[in-house]
Amino acid sequence: MANVVGTPLKRKEDPRLLTGNGRFSDDIQLPGMLHAAILRSPHAHAHIKKINAEAALKLPQVVAVYTGKDLEGKIGPIPSSWLVPDCNLKEAPQYPLAIDRVRYVGDGVALVIAEDRYAVRDALDLIDVEYEALPAAVRQKEAMQEGAPLVHDDIEHNIALHWKAGEIADEVLESAEVVVRESFYVQRVFPSPIETRAAIGEYNPGSGELTLWCTSQNPHIHRMVLSGVLGISEAKLRVIAPDMGGGFGGKIGVYPDEALIGYAARDLGRPVKWIEQRSEHFTASNAGRDEVIDVELYGQRDGALTAIRVKNTANLGAYLSTMGPGVATIDFGLMITGAYDIPHASCETFGVYTNTTPTDAYRGAGKPEATYQIERIIDLYAREIGMDPVELRRKNFAPKEAFPYTNAQGLIYDSGDYEKPLQKALEIVNYEQLRQEQEEMRKQGKLIGVGISTYVELCGFGPSKVAGAIGFQGGVWENSTVRVHPSGKVTVYSGTSPHGQGHATTFGQIVADKLGIPMDDIELVFSDTRAISMSWGTYGSRSTPVGGAAVAIAADRVVEKAKKIAAHELEAAADDIIFESGIFQVKGVPGQQRTFQEIAKAANMAWNLPEGMEPSLEAQSFFDPENFVYPFGTHIVVVEVDKETGEIQMKRYVCVDDVGRVINPLTAEGQVHGGIAQGVGQALWEGAVYSSEGQLLSGTLMDYTLPKARFFPPIESSFTETPSPVNPLGAKGVGETGTTASIPAVMNAVMDALKPYGVKDIDMPLTPEKVWRVIQEGEGN
Amino acid sequence: MIPVKFDYVHAATVDQAIKLMQDSDGTGKVIAGGHSLLPLMKFRLTEPDVLIDISRIDQLKEVKVEGERLIVGALVTHHDASKHPLIQAHVPLLADTASQIGDLQIRNRGTIGGNLAHADPAADLPAAAFALDAEIIIQGEDGEERMSVDSFIIGPLITMLPENSLVTGVSFSIPPSHAKSVYLKYFHPASGYPVVGVAAMAGTDKAGAIDYIKVALTGVGDVAFRAESVEQTLLGQKPSEKMIREAARLAAEEGEMGSDLFASAEYRENLCKVYTERALRSILL
Ligand SMILES: Cc1cc2nc3c(=O)[nH]c(=O)nc-3n(C[C@H](O)[C@H](O)[C@H](O)COP(=O)(O)OP(=O)(O)OC[C@H]3O[C@@H](n4cnc5c(N)ncnc54)[C@H](O)[C@@H]3O)c2cc1C
Repeated sequence: MANVVGTPLKRKEDPRLLTGNGRFSDDIQLPGMLHAAILRSPHAHAHIKKINAEAALKLPQVVAVYTGKDLEGKIGPIPSSWLVPDCNLKEAPQYPLAIDRVRYVGDGVALVIAEDRYAVRDALDLIDVEYEALPAAVRQKEAMQEGAPLVHDDIEHNIALHWKAGEIADEVLESAEVVVRESFYVQRVFPSPIETRAAIGEYNPGSGELTLWCTSQNPHIHRMVLSGVLGISEAKLRVIAPDMGGGFGGKIGVYPDEALIGYAARDLGRPVKWIEQRSEHFTASNAGRDEVIDVELYGQRDGALTAIRVKNTANLGAYLSTMGPGVATIDFGLMITGAYDIPHASCETFGVYTNTTPTDAYRGAGKPEATYQIERIIDLYAREIGMDPVELRRKNFAPKEAFPYTNAQGLIYDSGDYEKPLQKALEIVNYEQLRQEQEEMRKQGKLIGVGISTYVELCGFGPSKVAGAIGFQGGVWENSTVRVHPSGKVTVYSGTSPHGQGHATTFGQIVADKLGIPMDDIELVFSDTRAISMSWGTYGSRSTPVGGAAVAIAADRVVEKAKKIAAHELEAAADDIIFESGIFQVKGVPGQQRTFQEIAKAANMAWNLPEGMEPSLEAQSFFDPENFVYPFGTHIVVVEVDKETGEIQMKRYVCVDDVGRVINPLTAEGQVHGGIAQGVGQALWEGAVYSSEGQLLSGTLMDYTLPKARFFPPIESSFTETPSPVNPLGAKGVGETGTTASIPAVMNAVMDALKPYGVKDIDMPLTPEKVWRVIQEGEGN
Repeated sequence: MIPVKFDYVHAATVDQAIKLMQDSDGTGKVIAGGHSLLPLMKFRLTEPDVLIDISRIDQLKEVKVEGERLIVGALVTHHDASKHPLIQAHVPLLADTASQIGDLQIRNRGTIGGNLAHADPAADLPAAAFALDAEIIIQGEDGEERMSVDSFIIGPLITMLPENSLVTGVSFSIPPSHAKSVYLKYFHPASGYPVVGVAAMAGTDKAGAIDYIKVALTGVGDVAFRAESVEQTLLGQKPSEKMIREAARLAAEEGEMGSDLFASAEYRENLCKVYTERALRSILL
């Protein structure tokens, strides 16, 4: 088999998952297993005066109740893993259970362990906690004001960090003919994977080994952090991520909950299982976004953009989450110029503590926000100078010749040709005609809008020295081992941790091509710290460009060694061996050949290897990319707004993405679809609503609208391919592009539809009522 | 999402169900499709000691014509109601409404009797029931009684169902054969329940004047209601765009508009008007 890379193979994972043969956390049943539940604070901010668990402990099936005080000195605080430098970062310790003060609705107060799920749930109701409620700081800008309630007494104005990047000289700003200003709110949303979080701990008192199955996108990060929190050697802590129903960033974080379950399993000497409830998920799992972005775009009347100045005030919640500090700073602030060659840029970010659930990376993490503000403001700029938004974008694109292109904030974009997907998308929607139709419809009183977003995003973090420089408490390289068995069947180990993306298929395709063997001969192993060398997991669209690249390199190494063995057997020089479609052949001597399977056997038997060669056929690689990758593309959305109700209907959704080399067009398109669904979800439906006391009002799926398939028109997705030079696959990330691109595309479309009313911005989500009110006002009702 | 501990019994007959209710001394609850009751139990908002399962009483699954009325057994599911030939033929409004409830799984389990007995202000069926002058058929300790739907449902999740009794069926008036009907629903994007649901029926006489009209709305407030002002304005008139628009302006007159995270009272009032207008246009123009 060869040339399967680039073909739309169906996912290898699906038959197993669709026939109910997946193994998710809740499928795991261990002998003697106990069940855990966590009592969570109903207050956003309160002193804990007293906890009385007597009644709960009297239930015959209840085994233990732990409070924050019980655990003091036994489990350490949960640290953040992104300590952004030079921003006066103030990290407040987050203990696995609150000790004397709760700081958000959902903050853990007690851990209950019982023989079964029912008893543990009953016990929660029997624990009596006496609280003294305190005023809460809920919204970031208010929380920074003098006199606002302090989330942590010693952190003034609740400011967790104050970060700046870039400076713009006064002359630059003064010489601009046009300034367009707007304040955007990228509201808080919930990642809402279809499977909530879970953890199962099992302690072996003989070996002293603790095994933790948990819903983690990055088991090695969990192991690294939890070994510190629990005081256990990394060599004795095994973290396994079973099958997972999505993550979207919400399962990157190391949460108090996993630490508690690991602790309880060790303390009680029995396995303990905890499954997060759906309603619990809304307050106990990290949320995404929640950034107020004030932006000013400067330039000339002819459309030449000269500078962008941005202030981001980010709600970090009550504690710093695992990735939280990096999202509104590094991820956001260095990408504010987007795809445009704007020579001057500056970003100032305040990260603010509030009495809300912590925020963390969520699909795109900072890049959707950066893209949102630039793609929205550029539309407003076009409107201001009376230019078509496509033309203004074109005029300011970082030109193809400039790649690798250094943006105003110093990032080097690896490769790009922004005109290409734009042109293709314009052709697909038939832009000129669309604009004419829009005019005609407007005359008939219909509100049609066309929205464009020409995005670029950064992903596939690397190299590790950059990660270190930006305060990330980890590396960003990846690891893979390709192990060839005597039969020629292959096991591939990868440090990425798929949870719906389909790596077994795409990585399998990479290996199938490299080794010339059928897909069915390749098994992939992920997500187990005992099986897999140190690595960093799946997030930030890094898995293919970094993890897939590591797989490719390891496979190349296998071929290299196999060639030497083949040369030895065929009595030729290794350089004279050609390897194609699984056959080693001596150049120019047809018939003189060995199959991959024959060499696999020879290598493993080691009866006749070249002098000095070690037995077996296996190679490992550790790949640290030289740079990030920067996928880009154009999304165009056509909407119709119902004048009488404000309802928005998407008529068309066209996207042309350039994610470098596409390994599997089918799974890539799947990623694009899912990404778009979540981005449009943010634009139109999703949004956390807190009361001024910090109560979450949108805490069920009856109130919080997740996107549904029937809300969407068919997504017209296609790709252009501009390979990345920074990895051997030429691949870029694809997991987050849809989210990044779609939020502003949809918003721009609706704003375009509402243009007759002069409206420039409406806070997301664009509920029909908000839109209706704007129309009512515009119509003078 | 785990309810408190409860017992479960199943009743083979209506009488047995009533006996079991009496035995439970007010701590039992009837379960039909379970699709409204179980979510409440899982949230621990209701904590019955015993569930009395009536879902296997076949007698409550019948549909039959009785003179001018169609009797639908309490246990007829939404799905069956949407497909039943007698219902489709005689009260298509009910079939149309039932077909728009929740999704297929819910329609397969949820029952007509349960929907009305539950009296969820956001439910779809009350609109059809109000428009079709439904009577709730109740079997209690002292025999059978019938109650008009507007005297049965009196508040959000509140009905006049007497203690230890069962809804056995619902009787709908059969509209004249020339009447057309429609159920127009604005789906809440999260829950799928109606933010507003308009059940409308109307017909015109030979001269083209409206001689039959019923309009009822659900989802907007605590209880469904008949839009009598709309009906009165249009009765006897020849339908026109203008006429309908003006009449539809009165759609919220008899109702009290509720307000929640998704839609304010003012916006709901607007939806009542717009959806009533659209519903009436679709059957009258
Ligand atoms: C996800 C979801 C979405 C839904 N969407 C919609 C929607 O869009 N529109 C809509 O209208 N509904 C919707 N429903 C509700 C659904 O229609 C319910 O099934 C129905 O309202 C109740 O019927 P049931 O048979 O399930 O009642 P149950 O849940 O069994 O009972 C509900 C209540 O009625 C009582 N009861 C039931 N039957 C009788 C009887 N014969 N006599 C006396 N008391 C009785 C019970 O004691 C209980 O108090 C939805 C439900 C779910 C779970």
